[in-house]
Amino acid sequence: MAKITASVYTSHVPAIGAALDLGKSSEPYWQPVFQGYEYSKQWMKDNKPDVIFLIYNDHATAFSLEMIPTFAIGTAAEFTPADEGWGPRPVPKVIGHPELAAHIAQSVIQQDFDLTIVNKMDVDHGLTVPLSLMCGQPQAWPCPVIPFAVNVVQYPVPSGQRCFNLGKAIRKAIESFDQPLNVQIWGTGGMSHQLQGPRAGLINKAFDNAFLDRLIADPAGQAAVPHIDYVREAGSEGIELVMWLIARGAMADIEGGPPPRVAHRFYHVPASNTAVGHLILENS
Amino acid sequence: MSLDKPYLDVPGTTIFDAEQSRKGYHLNQFCMSLMKAANRERFKSDERAYLDEWPMTEDQKLAVLARDLNRCIALGGNIYFLAKIGATDGKSFQQMAGSMTGMTEIEYRDMMIGGGRSADGNRVVGEDGDAQAQHQPQGQAGRAKSGAN
Repeated sequence: MAKITASVYTSHVPAIGAALDLGKSSEPYWQPVFQGYEYSKQWMKDNKPDVIFLIYNDHATAFSLEMIPTFAIGTAAEFTPADEGWGPRPVPKVIGHPELAAHIAQSVIQQDFDLTIVNKMDVDHGLTVPLSLMCGQPQAWPCPVIPFAVNVVQYPVPSGQRCFNLGKAIRKAIESFDQPLNVQIWGTGGMSHQLQGPRAGLINKAFDNAFLDRLIADPAGQAAVPHIDYVREAGSEGIELVMWLIARGAMADIEGGPPPRVAHRFYHVPASNTAVGHLILENS
Repeated sequence: MSLDKPYLDVPGTTIFDAEQSRKGYHLNQFCMSLMKAANRERFKSDERAYLDEWPMTEDQKLAVLARDLNRCIALGGNIYFLAKIGATDGKSFQQMAGSMTGMTEIEYRDMMIGGGRSADGNRVVGEDGDAQAQHQPQGQAGRAKSGAN
C-alpha cells in the first residue's frame, strides 16, 4: 500500500524563484534564504519520494474569475509552468501521477469533500518555487507531482478546520492505494505577508513562530483558529497558512500514531514582501 | 440575514470577498488578458482604447490609467490580478506593494529588510499604527504632504 512518509512546509514567494532563475541566490540579500534550504536539498536526495502531493494556491494564473474552485486536484499526465506575465520560469515540466490522483479524487469525494477535477492546467510559482527550493535546479524534477490547488484568493477561503479534516481524508485516500509508493505531502504558502493597501509589508514574527510551534505540537488546536486571526495578525495574504493544515492533517499522529520527528525548521525575514517559513516533519 | 464580515475593521486592508469580486469582475478579467504578450502590446500602444473594449466603469478605467492600485482595489480589483498590470509595466511585486503605502521604493524595501511593518497599532481601525488612515500617505509622500500644510 502507499504510505505518507513525511510532510514538508514552505513559503512559495515568487521573488525566490526569480532570484534563483536570474542567478542571484548568492547575493547577500538572498543568501540567508537559500542557506535555510541547504539541509532540505540534501534531505530530498536522502529521502527521495515516489510521488509528491503538493498543496498550493493558484495566483490568478490557471484560474481567473471565470471559475473559482475551492479545492482542485490535478489529474493530468503533465503540467506546464505558466507564464505569469514575466515569461514562464525556466524550470522542468511537472510530471503528474494520474493513477494515484484519480484514486485520491474518488476516495476524497466519497469522504464528502467536493473536489474539482482538473485535467488541463498550467502551474504557477505557488507550485514551482517549493520544488526549486527543495530540489535546486535539476533537468527534471525527481518524481511525479500531484498538484492540489486551494482557493485562498477570494474570500471566504476554506477554514483551518476544514483544511485539517481534508488532510485526514487525503491520508486515508493515499493509504488505500494498492501500490507500495512512498508519498510526501507538502503544504505551501505564507508566512505572514500583506501585499495590498496601506498595511502592505506587515510581518509578524511572533505569530509566525507560534504558528510553527503549534503546527508541530498542537495542530488540532491551530486548526480551530479562525480566519480573522490570520488576517489581523499575519496580513491579508497570510491566510495562505491554512494550506499547511491540510498537509499536517495527513500525518500519522492525527490518527493515533506517534508524533512526527522535526527534521528541519527554518524562519527568515524578508523575502521581498514576505516572511519565509519552512518545516520538515517525518512520520516514524 | 446579513453576512458575517469580521474583517471590515482591519486598517489599510480590503478583503477580496464575493461582493468585491462581483464589483471588480471586468477590471480583474481585463488584468487577466494582459497575460498574453499580444494583448500587452495592444494595451501599451493605446491604453485608453484597450480599456474601452471592456465593460468596466469609468472610475475603474481612470484608476488603471493612473496606476492607483489602492483605488483599483477599492473598486473591486484584487492584487494578484492587478499584478498583471505591474508585470506589463516591468514592475516587481515589491514595487507594486510599496506603491500603495506612499513610501518610495527604497523606503519600502528598507522597511522590509528591517523586519517589515509591525502589527502593533495596525490590528484594528482606531489604533495609532502607521497603516491607520490618519497616517496616510506614509514615507516621503507623507512628509511632503505635512510640509505643505
